[in-house]
Amino acid sequence: MRFQIKDEKLIPQRFFTEDSYRITQIPEILQPPLNPDFPYSRELQQILAGKQLLLDDIPHPLDEIQSHYENGYITYRKGIDYIGKKPMCMRCGNKDQQLFAIFHCSRCGENCFYCRRCIMMGRISECTPLIGWNGPAPNITLPQKIMAWNGKLSEGQQVASDKVVEAIWQKKEWLVWAVCGAGKTEVLFAGIETALAAYKRICIATPRTDVVLELTPRLKEAFPEIRVASLYGGSTDRHLYAPLTIATTHQLLRFYQAFDAVILDEVDAFPYTVEESLQHAAIQARKPSSAMIYLTATPNEKWQRECRAGKRSFTTIPARFHRHPLPIPEFAWCGNWQKQLQKGRLPANVLRWIKDRLESGKQALVFFPHIPLMEKALPLLRKLDSRIEAVHAEDPERKEKVQKMRAKEVPLLLTTTILERGVTFPNIDVAVVGAEDLIFTESALVQIAGRAGRNKDYPDGVVTFFHFGKTDEMLKARKQIVTMNREGVKRGLIDI
Amino acid sequence: MCSRPFRLLDEQFRDGELCHDCTRWEEDPDWQGFLQKNTSIFLYNDFLKEVMAKYKFRGDYVLAKVFADYFKEVTKGWEADLFVPIPLSEERLYERGFNQAEAILTEAGKMPTDILSRVHTEKQSKKSRLERIHLPQVFQIDSQTNLHGKKVILIDDIYTTGSTLRHAAKLLKQAGADTVWSITLAR
Repeated sequence: MRFQIKDEKLIPQRFFTEDSYRITQIPEILQPPLNPDFPYSRELQQILAGKQLLLDDIPHPLDEIQSHYENGYITYRKGIDYIGKKPMCMRCGNKDQQLFAIFHCSRCGENCFYCRRCIMMGRISECTPLIGWNGPAPNITLPQKIMAWNGKLSEGQQVASDKVVEAIWQKKEWLVWAVCGAGKTEVLFAGIETALAAYKRICIATPRTDVVLELTPRLKEAFPEIRVASLYGGSTDRHLYAPLTIATTHQLLRFYQAFDAVILDEVDAFPYTVEESLQHAAIQARKPSSAMIYLTATPNEKWQRECRAGKRSFTTIPARFHRHPLPIPEFAWCGNWQKQLQKGRLPANVLRWIKDRLESGKQALVFFPHIPLMEKALPLLRKLDSRIEAVHAEDPERKEKVQKMRAKEVPLLLTTTILERGVTFPNIDVAVVGAEDLIFTESALVQIAGRAGRNKDYPDGVVTFFHFGKTDEMLKARKQIVTMNREGVKRGLIDI
Repeated sequence: MCSRPFRLLDEQFRDGELCHDCTRWEEDPDWQGFLQKNTSIFLYNDFLKEVMAKYKFRGDYVLAKVFADYFKEVTKGWEADLFVPIPLSEERLYERGFNQAEAILTEAGKMPTDILSRVHTEKQSKKSRLERIHLPQVFQIDSQTNLHGKKVILIDDIYTTGSTLRHAAKLLKQAGADTVWSITLAR
């Protein structure tokens, strides 16, 4: 698409004309003043408030969009801008020249750069405008009673909950570093309630779709009369305007200066940590003056350092809701387990560990670093008990197998890191085979150890890291857990 | 003939050297002999489906360069007078930003000859085989290019029923083309 510039306005042109430009080439985009008498479309308002969409995303005709622009209600922004001579994607923040490509575009009739990094959300090229809303925000009517949840917070949760409320009001950045099983979600409720009461727009974002699907019903239950938009790839809520949004970090790419508070859950989880575009998306989705709450059980090393150095505001919840300490991992050397597996054997101590569990009837999760090795181990273990299963990320029966584990139909579940977080089984022991592998980072190991002893009726669980040489990551993971327990005791959050 | 991998096809769908589908086309007096042969570069599977979706629907043009390498490999030694991409309707072309068949030709260093255009624009994938076959001609020949005695190669993305290619081939043959072959990314 191209634009002519006429009477201080941009006029869209469907095809190439000599006197028109691609939006990237227009030095300054003129924004007509808001005409208060214009009968604007409520539907467009709902779809566009706080968003940055492509024309193809919007079900309305271009004429209607243009008339809203001419009356000051809609903004056109550049999809691609140049920083000096280099293109940058204004949606995902991509500046890596290798992730731009060029093609002869039938929309603008020229050779057109496009961004490959966020192409899964629709192609942004030099002739693509990002469409946003400049009119008033949609009206929200609040119910008498906003929150239906009336559970009680633990002492540790209460401290963190107060800090979240304060951070939302003071528009600050705040990290809540809560151990696995501390009850992170409940810590947010008070903050969300006060924010909603003040007509603020809130978003809980997480890197994983599983987590969005798990959080949505819990929040709907806690705030039954508040409209909740649940966004992930393929979600039907994509055009729903809601005071409370729960979204994958990918979906934040479609938002622009929308939220008064963004709560980022599991910040350390893949893919958020490795994809810069998602970090960019989280920043863009916030209003310029807004709060940002980070929630995690395992901040990365840099953040931990910043916390210790006093450069990052944070609160810890060092103890679980049930006031028992976290199980501390034991280390057990198991020799060259890979070589043994190739020969069709498991190290003796690993086998003993597993047999003990099978005999005593205690369920267990056994983590492996890679799928092929896990699949080598499976038939060996099935000789002991044929109900043993194995899961990994691409497994089509993943959900069913996890369900069977919950129903106690599976005595032992072998898994890759896919089950390192998010899943809760009440009474299990946990082992890692090959804990020295690079995939088992400090945070992965802390998360894995955090699977044991979750339930108040079974607060103990054995966590064993079988290894062929201790790594720094293993030591750091254990140290983190020990430190948290010590702090929990000191603050009186753990009963001894 | 349609480049379907024969060894993967059950006996009951074979008729001697041809698959049942090709036989059906070639037995129909309205259609026999127009398309001499088709070559498909890849078998359509889940992986290719994903790559094609990224290329076609998301519009990741760079993939044309990848496909072009395979295209060059497969067409090595072919002697052709014209390479004709199957056209998109105007709306579809605007929506996608480029013609995915033409892009592969361009990236393979071949000169596309745009002599075909679409007469009308309903989506093919919404129709059954029967509906597609009995459609009136969906293409028209635009230019005055002399096709007499020429060998023409048609390019499209997917061979599904073969009706798109046969409609085009019929038109080209009637306009004087000597032989018409086709090549598609997937079968």
